[in-house]
Amino acid sequence: MIKSEVVSWFRIQEMFRFDSFHMYGVIGSAILVGAVSIWVINRLGLNDMDGNTMELKPKDNSTTKRYVFGGLIFGLGWALTGACPGPLYVLSGSGLLIMVVPLVSAIIGAWVYGLLRPRLPH
Amino acid sequence: MFDILRQPWPWYVGGPLIGLMVPLLLYIGNQSFGVSSSFRHLCSATVPAGLEYFDYNWKKHKWNIWLVAGMIIGGFLGGYVFGNPEPIRLATDARQQLSALGIHDFNGLIPRGLFNWHNLLTVKGFMVMVIGGFLVGFGARYAGGCTSGHAITGMATFQKASLISVIGFFIGGLIVTYFLLPVILN
Repeated sequence: MIKSEVVSWFRIQEMFRFDSFHMYGVIGSAILVGAVSIWVINRLGLNDMDGNTMELKPKDNSTTKRYVFGGLIFGLGWALTGACPGPLYVLSGSGLLIMVVPLVSAIIGAWVYGLLRPRLPH
Repeated sequence: MFDILRQPWPWYVGGPLIGLMVPLLLYIGNQSFGVSSSFRHLCSATVPAGLEYFDYNWKKHKWNIWLVAGMIIGGFLGGYVFGNPEPIRLATDARQQLSALGIHDFNGLIPRGLFNWHNLLTVKGFMVMVIGGFLVGFGARYAGGCTSGHAITGMATFQKASLISVIGFFIGGLIVTYFLLPVILN
C-alpha cells in the first residue's frame, strides 16, 4: 500500500479531484485481480491450505440504509483524514506517529457505532 | 536494487498486489479480506462494555489482528526502511488546488503542515485528524466494511451492498473535498 502511495492524503485528494488515473488504476486493477482469482478458484475447485473449499460469504444484500449512511459517513472521513483503515495502520508503522491519532479515533468511532447501533437505521 | 524499493510503484504493480490479498487470505485461512473489522475486534477485546455488537468471540478472528500487525510492519519497511526520499509527484492541477488551500509542503505522504501535534487542538487539525478518523471508523463499521472489504473484496464478488457502499464512499469524499475542506483549511 505504501509503495503505491494509496496511503497518501495527497493521492486521495488527487483522486477526489479526478486529477490522475493512479488511484483508480490501483483500486480497479485490485478489483480485477481479486475477481479473476476468485473465478479461477471456483472454476478449478481449489481448496485452501487445510483442504477446505474456499468460499467468500456474500454480504447481506437485503438492506440498503446501512450501506448508504455508513458509506457516506466513511467517505466524509476518508477525504478528511486522507486514509482508510489499512493506511492508518500502515502510516503509523512507517514512523508517522501522528497518524496514531486518527487510528485511535477510528477505533473509538467503531466503538461509538457499537453503542448507537440499536438506534441507527439499517 | 534498493532504489526499486525506495521509488514509488506504479498502479499496475501496487493494485494487483493488493488484489492478490483476496485469494491469499482465502488460501491461508478461508478468510475474507477486510480491515475495518479489526476495529470491532479491538473494541471487543478491550472495552466490550456489555454492548451486543462486541459480544462475540473475537479470538476466533485473530487472523485479522495479525493482518493489521503485518500492515504496521509493512508500513515500517516500505515507508521507513525503504522510504521514498523524493517529494510526492502529484498531478499539477491537484497540487495547485491544494496550494490555493494553504498546503505547501508536499514532502512525504501526508501534509505535515496539517498533520502534526501542534495542530491537534486547532479546528483544522482536529477536523482532519480526530473527526476524520472518527468518521472513518464509525462509517466503516456502519457500512460493514471499508475500501478493502467493500471496494475490493465486495466489488470483486459483485455484491450489491458493496456497490452501494462504494458510491456512498465517493459521494462523501466529494462533499468533503469540494465543500468542507475549502472551508476548514481557510
